[in-house]
Amino acid sequence: MLLRMAAVTLWIATRKGAFALRADAQRRRWTLKGPQFLGHTIHHILQDPRQPKTLLMAAKTGHLGPTVYRSDDRGRGWQEVAEPPAFRRAAAGEPARAVERVFWLTPGHAQEPGVWYAGTSPAGLFRSEDGGARWAPVAGFNDHAMFPRWASGARTPDGELLHSILVDPRDPKHLYLAISIGGVFESTDGGLDWAPLNDGVAADFLPDPNVAFGHDPHCVVMHPLRPDRLYQQNHCGIYRLDRPSRRWQRIGSAMPARIGDIGFPIVLHPRDPDVAWVLPMDGTTVWPRTSVGGRPAIYQTRNGGKSWQRRDRGLPRARAWFTVLRQAMCSDGQPRPGLYFGTTGGEVWASTNAGESWRCLAARLPEIYAISAALH
Amino acid sequence: MACTVHVASPLRQYTGGAATVSAEGATLEEILTDLDRRFPGMRFRMIDEQQRVRSHIRIFIDTHEAPDLKQTVQPQQPVHLLCALSGG
Repeated sequence: MLLRMAAVTLWIATRKGAFALRADAQRRRWTLKGPQFLGHTIHHILQDPRQPKTLLMAAKTGHLGPTVYRSDDRGRGWQEVAEPPAFRRAAAGEPARAVERVFWLTPGHAQEPGVWYAGTSPAGLFRSEDGGARWAPVAGFNDHAMFPRWASGARTPDGELLHSILVDPRDPKHLYLAISIGGVFESTDGGLDWAPLNDGVAADFLPDPNVAFGHDPHCVVMHPLRPDRLYQQNHCGIYRLDRPSRRWQRIGSAMPARIGDIGFPIVLHPRDPDVAWVLPMDGTTVWPRTSVGGRPAIYQTRNGGKSWQRRDRGLPRARAWFTVLRQAMCSDGQPRPGLYFGTTGGEVWASTNAGESWRCLAARLPEIYAISAALH
Repeated sequence: MACTVHVASPLRQYTGGAATVSAEGATLEEILTDLDRRFPGMRFRMIDEQQRVRSHIRIFIDTHEAPDLKQTVQPQQPVHLLCALSGG
């Protein structure tokens, strides 16, 4: 059976601007475009699957505050939105929170075509109902009575981050999000109320590792065809959760002990909920967060995490100290999915055979923060 | 009252590249409001939602740094919007 392939563009968000890699129909030849917004700090660029010509970009500069840009022509031109995410004005005696950067963007449910969500640093959840033009705080989360404990304002190396905002494709009111550091949280009423969802997840860095929240999820993903299945790459391992269970299972225990199960990103096969890919990093001693032993590899599971296989053909065999951040690995969602990751050293790597082999598409880019695939 | 505002290069994306613009207002707050009316989005890049000057922005009235937005500005006093950043 012939499977129809869409044209793929990889959007690359870097510390110094936005770049794009455009593929030919077979994903063999790639053309690098850009930079756009040279010198701007770009945290996330995402296509709207409901309106494929539309993209949003989360940006700031070293000097200037955070904002969001929108494109309605596949990224040729961008316009700054009218009201970027911002916390409400603090009342007397309240912490005066201000968005330092917009870190994460998520399109809303297919039945809510104008809705987008954004996650920020410090942790905040924001919603737009007009395609990203105007953003409002989600009071049910940001002003939740437990919020000061859920989001403690911990200053991790890059600040506290709200990320991995997930919308259940069966129900626009069913949402998940993650805070690093804070944990995973769930809402079943469109964001009016939230509850922690961290049972079974280790928090080895806390005095009491058996806490309800305070965990460090690095990346949480939901399978689009089986939304009851979540995977999580955490500071303390790789986990899977099959709802309605509330208890995560540590599937990273099946990783080779010399590699461990620490990393930032986790990516799912678009059609097979049992297939996932991770990119392990060194989480020992002082947490180098580089590829283990200087030998980068993808690890793949084909059975929901019961076992993992190393995939490193084409990747450097030694002396390659890659760091790949949580938003910097993706699939293009094609029937035969392409996999891509970008390094903080400015390299983009691709596999079009489910991770079996890899090749470098681009090098010498600025530090890569995020990669996403847009289909045309 | 109109005053002259000197705009640092990172903010000129809002002023069409102009390094100097004029703005109306008797206080810094009024001047920034007028600038944002004419150059939408410019104010939020400098002033956060709690009305604080962002950490890498400095605003001078003539030769003195303004501690807050309540400062009065005389017509002959230029306002300087400066960007201060270290690191690579």
